Amino acid sequence: MTDSTQTLPLKNKGAFVQFLSSSAGRATIAFVLVIVLGLIFNADGAFFKLGMHRDALRQASVFGILAVGMTVVIITGGIDLSVGSILAVSAVLFSILTIHLDWPAWISILACIIVGAGLGAISGSLIAVAKLQPFIATLAMMTFGRGVAKYITGGQKISTYLTNSDGEVIIKELPGVFKAIDSRIMGGNIAIVSIIFLFCLLVTGLFLSRHKWGRELFSIGGNEEAARLSGVPVKLTKFLAYTVSGIMCAVAGIAQAAQETQGDPEAGGGYELTAIAMVVIGGTSLAGGRGGMGLTLLGILTIGYLEKILSINAVPESGRLLITGVIIVLAVLTQRKNRK
Amino acid sequence: MNSDLSTPVITMKGIGKQFGKVRVLENIEFEIFPGEVHILAGENGAGKSTLMKILSGVYTSYEGTISMAGKVIAPATPLEANHMGISVIHQELSLIPSMNVRDNLFLGRPVTSLGFIRDREQNKKALAVLNDVGLDVSADAFVEDLPISIQQLIEIAKAISINAKVIIMDEPSSSLNSKDVEILFSLIEKLKEQGCGIVYISHRMEEIERLANRITVLRDGKFVGTAPAEKLPIPKLINWMVGRELTNIFPRYEMNRGKEKLRIENLTVSDNEKTFVKSVNLTVKSGEILGIAGLQGCGASELLLGLFGGYNKKTAEHIYLNGKEISIKNPSDAVKSKIALLTNDRKATGLVLSMSIIANICMSGLVELSRWGWRNISGEISAAEKQGDALQIHASSYEMEVGMLSGGNQQKAAIAKWMQISPEVLLLDEPTRGIDVGAKHEIYQLMNEWTKQGISIVLITSEMPELLAMSDRVVVMHRGSITAEFSREETDAENILAAAMGKETIRV
Repeated sequence: MTDSTQTLPLKNKGAFVQFLSSSAGRATIAFVLVIVLGLIFNADGAFFKLGMHRDALRQASVFGILAVGMTVVIITGGIDLSVGSILAVSAVLFSILTIHLDWPAWISILACIIVGAGLGAISGSLIAVAKLQPFIATLAMMTFGRGVAKYITGGQKISTYLTNSDGEVIIKELPGVFKAIDSRIMGGNIAIVSIIFLFCLLVTGLFLSRHKWGRELFSIGGNEEAARLSGVPVKLTKFLAYTVSGIMCAVAGIAQAAQETQGDPEAGGGYELTAIAMVVIGGTSLAGGRGGMGLTLLGILTIGYLEKILSINAVPESGRLLITGVIIVLAVLTQRKNRK
Repeated sequence: MNSDLSTPVITMKGIGKQFGKVRVLENIEFEIFPGEVHILAGENGAGKSTLMKILSGVYTSYEGTISMAGKVIAPATPLEANHMGISVIHQELSLIPSMNVRDNLFLGRPVTSLGFIRDREQNKKALAVLNDVGLDVSADAFVEDLPISIQQLIEIAKAISINAKVIIMDEPSSSLNSKDVEILFSLIEKLKEQGCGIVYISHRMEEIERLANRITVLRDGKFVGTAPAEKLPIPKLINWMVGRELTNIFPRYEMNRGKEKLRIENLTVSDNEKTFVKSVNLTVKSGEILGIAGLQGCGASELLLGLFGGYNKKTAEHIYLNGKEISIKNPSDAVKSKIALLTNDRKATGLVLSMSIIANICMSGLVELSRWGWRNISGEISAAEKQGDALQIHASSYEMEVGMLSGGNQQKAAIAKWMQISPEVLLLDEPTRGIDVGAKHEIYQLMNEWTKQGISIVLITSEMPELLAMSDRVVVMHRGSITAEFSREETDAENILAAAMGKETIRV
């Protein structure tokens, strides 16, 4: 294959320059710029302390888990707006089962994952079988899921304080699983939630890059009709994408509950937008067909670090929102360059 | 309109057009007189539509001149052509489905004051227009709620309402039933009386016989001639349309026909709105190339897509492969039965342009290339390289996106995807569309190789020489049914074209 006349001429650039013009390269540039920002505005050296990096990763973890599922969905050319609501369902369910009903931790975790998968599967069926637009189907699920979370809690936060039928307030002991998930290992340097997040990212990433299903997700996002006419099981593949996203929401909900030591039916509001921003900053195309989990990791770290740097510099919330908005636009503009 | 009927309203002189390096029109002469129906005839790809797009302002770079009533004109946009009195009724409808009839009629030229649309006035005018053409629809009805035939007539009403001097009708009857065709014809009579010149493009002989005042024939982008209808009877017209020499880009014919491989009984293909194919029976032998001839809209592509499970509608068909009945409910069933469909639009329905050559080649055979669903990356690379080498795909790297390849190499990649599943039956829909002669020749040679391996091929092509040179047998489709069958010895371009146009047989 020495004949390259049939192909677009590749300019004679160095490997490094070529890397920088790839999606991964552009995502890396965005991440590096944020790090440089941290080096400059290091809040009297706080940026150079290990704890700051540990916290940046830990605080990005719940969003990161959502972004993992979101990546899968966005690669098919879809979107999942319901992630924050399903997270809330999982968080309150987990709290009710473990704190109020004293269920064993592992059964509670399993139950949450099944419920999350089920809610995702409903979105998936609406999109793959009933052919609803993903935006509409998951918008409906976003509302419905929030309703579920409020219904099963009566709108109250589920914590260790509970009122019995006589109006007495009882304080229950926080189940061990909460402390376990919110703990740290390796001398307190790595949070368990970060490990859970990295595990989800790694496993899903492996499916994306090494499993038939991953390839099928990309082909559907790239050209659904061509994929269908090549024998790709389009309905099943799309259904599974939303189901996986639902599972990730359940995991994120458990992590969120553990960190807050309670189940809040209002949890996760607006998280879907952060998750989408992380995926898009990484360079996964909202149009579908292009992207990957490695890119999403860069996107997660970019936003995670940005938030952390702004907070250690005591930038007020208004400023944080303004700066984050600008950074999202800049990052996506860089990603778009040179693409027809 | 009291135009002088003896001077042309439009004169096109020496019209030529090139797309890149491909010449599609050369030195065409075309005149339209007021009050005539001028048939523009020619095979698919002869350049009829291109010529009309030049006249109607879609293409603005061309050679030659257009004059209207003696003055040279150069419409730069369809809207400008519209204002000059040139109106087009497209094969594909150009109404906006989600808007109502009234707004569609006045799209682009609304009745306004201070920029606000004067609804009441517009409504009055719309009703007058609809009444004029004898259409009984409400001006408030949404176009998407109306049947296709009514939509077509609304488009004609729109053309009439702008007092067009010239109306171009590109296959206007293709979506009409016989009753609506009569309405169309009476509208055409009315337009003629008004002194409107009509260019009518049709593949249907009965319509040509009935409507034509004069006929102009194009062939391969060249001007063949213009004649009054009475001087050009159907056999002579067909001769003008197909009379070209076969080039020698086809390999030597090889006969590899064996036992019966595929049998289709009673296959009907339809979607929710339309029946494309009506209870077709067909057999293909192993190593045979069965050609399907037919004009646009005859249902041949839909037949292959339906056989492949591309429509999710169940019908009463029976399909037998090597004597065993198989059930094909969707494309993945077809792939499992080792039936492959090369679609007629590689970019839209054949390839995933954003994925690599390897990913595309392995797309259909991914199950076999994987174990427990886990992909074998190195196996995929070597499979893609094997298929790519056999088909001589030229690429600097198989990791590159397939969208970066040239048309011929993209087509080969689409074919390679199907060779990877070791097909029993290859359904080829326009396999050489839009690729250069060299790549065409390679694909013809490959077809011979595949038949030697016992693969059955069903070939749809709008290129008559290709059909004649490659097919062992030809069936002709017309309006969703098979109307004729020819063995290789009997095949002859004029008879095939006559059958495709709905005539039984024609002897010259």
